[in-house]
Amino acid sequence: MAYKIIASQCTACSACEPVCPNAAISQKKGVFVINPVDCTECEGQYDEPQCAAVCPVDNTCVPR
Amino acid sequence: MSQIISLSSLQTIRPEVREQMKQTLADHQGCGTSGGSGKSSCGSSAGPADMAPEIWEKVKNHPCYSEEAHHHYARMHVAVAPACNIQCNYCNRKYDCANESRPGVVSEKLTPEQAARKVLAVASTIPQMTVLGIAGPGDSLANPAKTFETFERISKVAPDIKLCLSTNGLALPELVPMIKNYNVDHVTITINMVDPEVGEQIYPWIFYKNKRWKGRDAAKILTERQLEGLELLTSAGILAKINSVMIPGINDQHLIEVNKAVKSRGAFLHNIMPLISEAEHGTYFGLNGQRGPTAQELKALQDACEGDMNMMRHCRQCRADAVGLLGEDRSAEFTLEKLMEKTEIEYDLEARKAYQELVEAERQDKVAAREKEMAEMASVESDTKILIAVATKGGGRINEHFGHAKEFQIYEVSTAGAKFVGHRRVDLYCQGGYGEEEGLDTIIRAINDCTAVFVAKIGGCPKNDLQAAGIDPVDAYAFEYIEQSALAYFKDYVARVESGELVHTARGDAQIRQGAFAA
Repeated sequence: MAYKIIASQCTACSACEPVCPNAAISQKKGVFVINPVDCTECEGQYDEPQCAAVCPVDNTCVPR
Repeated sequence: MSQIISLSSLQTIRPEVREQMKQTLADHQGCGTSGGSGKSSCGSSAGPADMAPEIWEKVKNHPCYSEEAHHHYARMHVAVAPACNIQCNYCNRKYDCANESRPGVVSEKLTPEQAARKVLAVASTIPQMTVLGIAGPGDSLANPAKTFETFERISKVAPDIKLCLSTNGLALPELVPMIKNYNVDHVTITINMVDPEVGEQIYPWIFYKNKRWKGRDAAKILTERQLEGLELLTSAGILAKINSVMIPGINDQHLIEVNKAVKSRGAFLHNIMPLISEAEHGTYFGLNGQRGPTAQELKALQDACEGDMNMMRHCRQCRADAVGLLGEDRSAEFTLEKLMEKTEIEYDLEARKAYQELVEAERQDKVAAREKEMAEMASVESDTKILIAVATKGGGRINEHFGHAKEFQIYEVSTAGAKFVGHRRVDLYCQGGYGEEEGLDTIIRAINDCTAVFVAKIGGCPKNDLQAAGIDPVDAYAFEYIEQSALAYFKDYVARVESGELVHTARGDAQIRQGAFAA
């Protein structure tokens, strides 16, 4: 029950970081990563995972 | 004196906003109303006499808001805002936004602290740098914390620099009070449509209220937010410029509606830019063969919208980290690496002021020279209009060698005056060395609608080829003022046509070069 960011596709635009309701996203080695321990896939919080909804590159924020 | 906006058109606007807008509009009246052929960009003529003093004060040193100022003053952008909240079909975020920055090159993103340092370094090196803008590479207001922290830091260390920002408008309405608090008095909103049916062809999705919206719903929210934001800016007394990307077959005719909508809500200036679209940019439009407009298609639309609103024609669609005069990009001189080498940067406010006073004197001199030439124009009778291409490094003078020109500025000249109507970039074609045939052909295509080209110097070979193409290469006005020279040339041209020495022929269309600066 967690999302991940495909590093090779991440543009490091940082859009996902502030929209995550669980503060699970941080920058590492130039790109952004999701801490699977904190990620809830936004279930019970929003209709859709916020990182995937705001990410400019399709299929980059995806289920692990 | 013409009125920019009819009061009746204000009826569609919310009543509480209306009263304040009326006052702002009254302030705008008379701006740029010189000449019989309609307005040129605000401040493109004498200046203070043309507009309310408080508006002139805001725009006179702003290269993006005053065509006249763009010859003398420089701007810089700091790339502190990488995130975006919408997707546009002319933008591929992997390569930054193709219409706002050079495609294929990811900008060096800066923290607000690094950005403030960069501003100090640039302002110390380029005293005519008067404006700091945040334009991305994403959307300035989708990164409000970074954007406003940057403004805060800069206003502390360099209080004389004007702050401005550019946004798609989605996050704008709630942030207008913040913008006002930080004394940002210029805001640009990119508005490409006011009809969701048009909008769904430009915007595949937006992220709003924790949800990704698509298609017509997305476009409807976006246009409502943009227009609301514009109304709030106007009522707060913040000058708003509207950027629109002209996309042939999608919004080209519709932009006339957009122009009316933004004009009625108090926009100060409308900037219609050509779509930049090539397959290698990787944008939806680029990959699907959507073309950009030709030079004359763009000019015809700008002319159609000009009626009683200021149109910006000197936009260079610069990248989100551009530095320098609008026609140049000196960002390579101020990379993060170079900035960090310097330990202490001294900010000399007095030196900047002294330099800017010199620039002011030059501007006044230029205006006087033009007025003198215009006075003599009174005796000339002619319906003729010609376009002249000018090689210039800035300062309003013909001071660039033909072969070194990265762009040509285009002036439309008639008995009504010499008016800046655009520019044509040619930089990429010069990379193989000057005098190469292919490079010359592309320059000719770029200025094919011009009767003459003014240069500081030109070699014999290109001179012959230009003449063969029907373009008169002119170096007689080397280092003189552009407008004064254009008027003098025009008078001579009309006299030669009258005497039968030459026949006036209408020129054809010209090509807009695709892609951004490769400076």
